[in-house]
Amino acid sequence: MRRNPRDTEESVRRITRRGLMLGGAQIAFMAVLAGRMRHLQVEEADAFRLLAEDNRIRYDLIPPERGLIFDREGRSIATNEQTYRVVIKAADVDDLEATFARLRTLIPLTEEEIESARTEIRRSNPTTSVTVADRLSWEDVAEIAVNAPALPGVSPEVGLSRLYPSYGDFAHVVGYVGPVSDYYLEQTRDTDPLLLTPRFQVGRVGVEAKLEKSLRGKAGNKQVEVNVRGRVMRELSRKEGVPGKDLQLTLDSRLQAFVQARMVGESASIVVMDVRTGDLVAIGSGPTFDPNKFVRGISQRDYSALVENAYRPLANKSVQGLYPPGSTFKMITALAALEAGVVSVGETIYCSGHKEVGGRRFHCWNRGGHGWMDLNDSLMRSCDVYYYELAERVGIEKISEMARKFGLGERHDLPMSAVAEGTAPTKDWKFRRYKQDWVVGDSLNAAIGQGYVLASPLQLAVMTARLATGEAIRPRLVKQIGDDAQPVMSDGPMGLSPTHLARIRSAMFTVNNDRGGTAYASRTVGEEMTIAGKTGTSQVRSVVVRNEDVPWEERDHALYVGFAPYDDPRFAVSVVVEHGGGGSTAAAPMARDVLLAALSDDGMPPLEAYPSAQRRAIEERLRSLPLRPDAGGQPPVRDRA
Amino acid sequence: MSYLEYNIRTVPTGLRKILYLNYPIILLLVTIASIGFLMLYSVAGGTLQPWAEPQIKRFGLGLAVMLFVAMVPIYVWRNVAGLGYLVSLVLLVAVEVVGVTGMGAQRWIDLGFMRLQPSELTKITVVMLLAAYYDWLPIEKTSRPLWVAIPVMIILVPMALVFLQPDLGTALLLGIGGAIVMFAAGVHWAYFATVIASGAGLVFAVLTSRGTSWQILKDYQYARIDTFLNPSADPLGAGYHITQSKIALGSGGWTGRGFMQGTQSRLNFLPEKHTDFIFTTLAEEFGFVGAISLLILYLLLIVFCVVSALQNRDRFSSLLILGIAGSFFLFFAVNMSMVMGMAPVVGVPLPLVSYGGSAMLVLMVAFGLVQSAHVHRPRRKLA
Repeated sequence: MRRNPRDTEESVRRITRRGLMLGGAQIAFMAVLAGRMRHLQVEEADAFRLLAEDNRIRYDLIPPERGLIFDREGRSIATNEQTYRVVIKAADVDDLEATFARLRTLIPLTEEEIESARTEIRRSNPTTSVTVADRLSWEDVAEIAVNAPALPGVSPEVGLSRLYPSYGDFAHVVGYVGPVSDYYLEQTRDTDPLLLTPRFQVGRVGVEAKLEKSLRGKAGNKQVEVNVRGRVMRELSRKEGVPGKDLQLTLDSRLQAFVQARMVGESASIVVMDVRTGDLVAIGSGPTFDPNKFVRGISQRDYSALVENAYRPLANKSVQGLYPPGSTFKMITALAALEAGVVSVGETIYCSGHKEVGGRRFHCWNRGGHGWMDLNDSLMRSCDVYYYELAERVGIEKISEMARKFGLGERHDLPMSAVAEGTAPTKDWKFRRYKQDWVVGDSLNAAIGQGYVLASPLQLAVMTARLATGEAIRPRLVKQIGDDAQPVMSDGPMGLSPTHLARIRSAMFTVNNDRGGTAYASRTVGEEMTIAGKTGTSQVRSVVVRNEDVPWEERDHALYVGFAPYDDPRFAVSVVVEHGGGGSTAAAPMARDVLLAALSDDGMPPLEAYPSAQRRAIEERLRSLPLRPDAGGQPPVRDRA
Repeated sequence: MSYLEYNIRTVPTGLRKILYLNYPIILLLVTIASIGFLMLYSVAGGTLQPWAEPQIKRFGLGLAVMLFVAMVPIYVWRNVAGLGYLVSLVLLVAVEVVGVTGMGAQRWIDLGFMRLQPSELTKITVVMLLAAYYDWLPIEKTSRPLWVAIPVMIILVPMALVFLQPDLGTALLLGIGGAIVMFAAGVHWAYFATVIASGAGLVFAVLTSRGTSWQILKDYQYARIDTFLNPSADPLGAGYHITQSKIALGSGGWTGRGFMQGTQSRLNFLPEKHTDFIFTTLAEEFGFVGAISLLILYLLLIVFCVVSALQNRDRFSSLLILGIAGSFFLFFAVNMSMVMGMAPVVGVPLPLVSYGGSAMLVLMVAFGLVQSAHVHRPRRKLA
């Protein structure tokens, strides 16, 4: 059927009109689109570009390498080892259980590790990285890296972890590092963002904790480009941080190892100090523990064993243990009396085995009595009555004042945990503390280092060093922080009469070297390594019973302080053997071995220095010391299951 | 009423038809598609796989199909319009049935070499049938209610089927595409005004009914509306796509970050970076200059189509070209509005640029029809 032409003309006209309207409307809308483009891409471009940078750029902290710790000779005490671990970011994981199952087929993982990872993931923000396995071998990490595409949210990481190559030798002094706990974050005022980085280690105890600031260093940062899953695509810029400062301690790791080995089997403490510089060359506390276990996360069983051990391995007895110094305090009483002029060097006092004061009878340890005693004899034989008499004459205030001069009752400023203050008691002190008046009996007890007098092995070592030199030297533990050498600190000469000091020293010489001395069995032979010292036995219980008959925890503490060589003092030592019995039998032999080891060139006591009759037994004992041949071994990475 | 209307002697025949193709339109199609290849190459991180190469092959196939369609006289296409419409309706029902009988919700039929979405096909067949209808309808009847009701039914039946899939976005595009043909055919503007007014009234009712006892939509549907209106309120949740898309677009600035330097899409912050959101990649890498260039190319394509439609004195051809150009306009306008945060996220690809086989092929068939109408246009006034 043909169409009416007019109809067609009309149709064309109509379509043209409507077509132009449609085209116009479309062009108008495209103009709107162009306007919107202009708005977004030109006017708002800066704002969006900023948002885009946020999207793709992440600032990551680069944890600085923790400062190393060396001994005085430059031997390693604390180092860092590279460890490989696997972390999981829950936000990027599709199926957690499937991921764990896959991981188990790739690397050795125990059910406990998975369970603890599960718990941690449940507790924490899904965008934080949770460590699933730590200390993996390189092969295991490679396995994870190869399978990374099939394990979204799982990534291997390389980190540094603290390593203490000498195991327990420095556990108490240097302490250990550990991961930042929630409790730590609550307690600390430290706002370093590093604390929030996963598995960051901070010093928890000892030098590691006290010098945390120097050891930690400053974090660097890097800008990395990440994709929407948070996987790093490339590094854009990097600002290196400042590594932590290395520390050099005054300790001598060879002597420290000897000291720790010598104490094995006892609950004891030994401090060795260089009398000229105040350098602490050995601070031993036994038994000890392996700080590496704490770095890696100690098991509940191991931890319980340490806490429940009656010998208290975790305590640093050298600085936080307080003991009645016993007879090792007698030098202080004697000096106080001599300086006060209430007794002269040659004056003799009669010991009948006891002294009666205010209706109470104060016994000498030797119930039979020592007879007439002068200063020298009283120290050599450790007569108590002589000092009761001196105490009565000079009074507690003078004794206490003298004790303070020697650093007793004073908290030495050292970067160790829980450095104890001890007590050099005065009348005021007792009243403040107990709301009781001082009685003469208190003075008598104090005069022989019992009663209220308390000192740490460190304080006793400082006291001995000052006796040996007459200089108020201060103990020093840190030789150098980074490039800054730490100064030797001394308060100068103590202002005591050189004659009096010399008499005290010579009396101490007789303790070890006179047939009648309490430490004669621990004498040395030869001119170079002569020892002067003083034994002490401090009562844990008031009634005197034979030590062998009472349980360990009720036996007396054995103490000894001394220095060597006598003519030209180098080292002072203090030894406390908890519940060890008598100072002359338990403490003095240890002190001799340690002083001889300190003085010798090879770090072991020379046999020639011992009396020939003892040499065979000594040789046997030294050979059986549990000294580690070398402490450089790396702890093994975990084995493949 | 068929081919006798054309003066056959003046219409080119045989291979000579190739000389009479609308080459500006072909050139524009190739240019726009090439921009698509570049972008697919870029979002894949500088590789032809997995998107650019299949897209190039499909475009090649599409060009061949377009030429084939262009060679067939336009009256043949007009005569099969009704059949095509019926086939697409059957296919729409078929996917619905297959979907119900157990293969899960699916919108496509596997043809072996490609997956055909009947809803894509329907967009053309509806336009074709409407153009044929108005070609047949005497023009004085165009605006009579009864004769308006018939095309409305032609539009509503497939719309309802697509809506049930459910694919609200495509259903609306289908409806608007059909309405454009009706408008071009000269249906009285009052009908359109009424539909627009009642639509606006419905939207108003939906929004005000919220929280009242006669609430029209479900809560989650309101949540989607909220997301569209204020995407930044929940940037990592439902508004994520829009927010990220705007960030990528905006960060392009004047000249963009440079080819292959688009960080947002390459780092996967963008969703659907190779399909619906590919425009953001272009905008990020080539900036305002690149984005506006693509818009201008689209504009030129629309302009050449409209010019071709207005030159054509055959009623079916004109309406068909205007309808196809209108639908094409709707695709890119809705897609760009969506990625620029001016429209809700409905799954509409950017025509010729987005990765996707059946949409591309259907578009090439549509432009084949445009070419056919152009080649076979009446060369002189009818007696």
